Amino acid sequence: MKILLPALSPTMETGNLVKWLVKEGDSVVSGDILAEIETDKATMELESPDDGKVEKILVKEGTENISVNTEIALLKVDGEEIEEIQEKPIEKSPQVSSNGSEPLASEVNISMKSLLNQTKQNSGEKNWSEKEISMREALNQAIEEEMKLDKDVFLLGEEVAEYDGAYKVTQGLLEKFGSKRVLDTPISEQGFTGLAIGAAMAGLKPICEFMTFNFSMQAIDQIVNSAAKSLYMSGGEINVPIVFRGPNGAAARVGAQHSQCFISWFSHIPGLIVIAPSNARDAKGLLKSSIRNPNPIVFLEHELLYKEKTNVPEEKDFLIPIGKGNLIKEGKDVTIIGFSMSVQRILNALPSIEKLGISPDIIDLRSIKPLDEELIYKSVKKTNRVVIVEDGFGNTSFGSHLSYLVQSNCFDFLDSEIIKVSGKDVPMPYAENLEKLALPNTDEIVSAVKKVSYIN
Amino acid sequence: MNKKNKNNFTNDQLLKFYEKMFLIRKFEEKAAQLYGAGKIGGFCHLYIGQEAVVIGILSSINSEDTVITAYRDHGHILARGVDPKSVMSELTGRKDGISKGKGGSMHMFSKANRFYGGHGIVGAQVPLGVGIGFAHKYRNEKKISRVYLGDGAMSNGQVFEAFNLASLWELPVLFIIENNKYGMGTSIGRSAAGGELYERATVFGIKGEKVDGMNFFNVSESAIRAREYIEKNSKPYIIEMDTYRFRGHSMSDPGLYRTKDEVNKMKEIDPVLMMKETLLNDYKIQEDTIKDIESDIKKQIKDVEKFSLESPLPDLKELYTEVYL
Repeated sequence: MKILLPALSPTMETGNLVKWLVKEGDSVVSGDILAEIETDKATMELESPDDGKVEKILVKEGTENISVNTEIALLKVDGEEIEEIQEKPIEKSPQVSSNGSEPLASEVNISMKSLLNQTKQNSGEKNWSEKEISMREALNQAIEEEMKLDKDVFLLGEEVAEYDGAYKVTQGLLEKFGSKRVLDTPISEQGFTGLAIGAAMAGLKPICEFMTFNFSMQAIDQIVNSAAKSLYMSGGEINVPIVFRGPNGAAARVGAQHSQCFISWFSHIPGLIVIAPSNARDAKGLLKSSIRNPNPIVFLEHELLYKEKTNVPEEKDFLIPIGKGNLIKEGKDVTIIGFSMSVQRILNALPSIEKLGISPDIIDLRSIKPLDEELIYKSVKKTNRVVIVEDGFGNTSFGSHLSYLVQSNCFDFLDSEIIKVSGKDVPMPYAENLEKLALPNTDEIVSAVKKVSYIN
Repeated sequence: MNKKNKNNFTNDQLLKFYEKMFLIRKFEEKAAQLYGAGKIGGFCHLYIGQEAVVIGILSSINSEDTVITAYRDHGHILARGVDPKSVMSELTGRKDGISKGKGGSMHMFSKANRFYGGHGIVGAQVPLGVGIGFAHKYRNEKKISRVYLGDGAMSNGQVFEAFNLASLWELPVLFIIENNKYGMGTSIGRSAAGGELYERATVFGIKGEKVDGMNFFNVSESAIRAREYIEKNSKPYIIEMDTYRFRGHSMSDPGLYRTKDEVNKMKEIDPVLMMKETLLNDYKIQEDTIKDIESDIKKQIKDVEKFSLESPLPDLKELYTEVYL
């Protein structure tokens, strides 16, 4: 029997073989632990599927980036002929799509990393030493650094402590800061969100993690009515310095109740700041700024971006200002605006757009509220054409509002209608092909660019 | 009605508590009058009938303790020592209101007086108050977070989430249910299944009791017992106050859900009058002493009224201030 590397999470494409717990020739029974596998989310134990003898170990421990379904061992099961072993190289992660959805930018030629290296950041930062790390690590660093700097900062949420974070963002923080400052909560969003807001009213600076923002709806009254409005309705007496953070939007194949973008919901509310970074560098700089900010902040991450790497300063004072977008690629013909995952989708479409001889300005908004209107209008006044890409449902969406703002502020400069490429107005389907269709894709983005450029 | 003074308050202290109760009563009567005259808008929930609860609790409060409540908050913020002029000016929506006229009757706060609102969504203040208790514990402060909720909130889900968290994390929180028998127009018999309301918290390991909330001395005794329990055990506690509001849910309540006879019967145990009688009969305080206090309050309320009507409307530029810090 072939032992294959299993997919141990919805987003797992590859795994690392941390350790074999058996050796060739060992007898095992069904359920015995064969090996430790590190996934994108956690280190998991691989159990034997049957009784038998470990015939051969095909992948050495310590091997990284092994694709899901790679043969890693052979098990001789009683009464079963041993299959012939074909000597073949270990399959390393191929450059294919993430669970059937669009390829990430790191998997195509134009990477966020290279663009960020080319682009001058708006943060006015110094020449700090940088290291290439994932968004997951960048967020973890941001939290750790800010918790070290300020004793009033604490972290709470479901599985943030002993489990090491459902998506490993909070890995190791319990060990570093103890259970007083890193707290596992019951599955009780309204309760722990309200508690965190109350603690913030009393002067602490909570980081309130939602395992995913889908669960924030359980607590949306507390976020809107208690966190966002208190400063105003107290005449400036009570501020709420809190960061609500966690993955937002569609991950991969997790169905309608776990795949939704809440940008339009939260950016509708006066009193909330809304952030949605697209890469590791921005994630770190913006999360640090958010933790230091005296207002309630909704910090929307994206699960599919957690593993994406860019160069990130290791400096504790590396901050990206809230409210500043980033012109990640400078062109002249059309302005394409995205944020969070949709920036990746734009980059995926970029080669096809460039093949048309079109050179776009690509704006990564980073902050949804406040919005860097100056950056947007400056670009639009140059290109005269606008395409907006958002993952969320298109109906009464943030993108709709953005297109209103652009027409209102740049009316005389527009040479074409504004086109918005949004998620479809349907609950997210489970089937791979339907899910792909529900989200903005390369073809739609390219078509939109062609349409605003009057190219048939 | 004789009540023992188990807490050994001096006559001066008792007179101060009476003065506060009388202040709340007269303030609320004035608010009702101003509402009727169109000087106060929107929702206005009066505390008349429940004064013994907030002042009984006050008698157990250390000055650093924090308080949070829902929207029937005039009495609570006055008890906490906030200037009645700034409270009434908030009700009239003026510049000198405690929230600069931007909060209204339901949304008043004062950090200096450790009063955290003033919340309009039934039940929402309860997790918030538990969070304030969390902050006390996190900072090793010897403070208790006092969280008021009504009988209506006792059927709201987040309240139970808050009970669970407060008990699980052993937070210094005193929950005070002001059971005035009606959640808006729905009597507790028509909204709450099972036994006593406070018993709903005991399943989370929270100790508690039910008290006659119309009597200052009973409330005070229970509140001091609760404070000692919380300080000794570092755990939350719950008191259910048996009380009654003499006015409607809000000023626009037609009162169809209860009889005049019922209200009149409850007025026979008016907490302010009962306190006064006890002071006269059991403490042998001179009637003139009490009359002096009362006339001072009446005079003060006149000044409060005048101030709250003369204070200007907020500056129009206030519309866009304090959305963000």
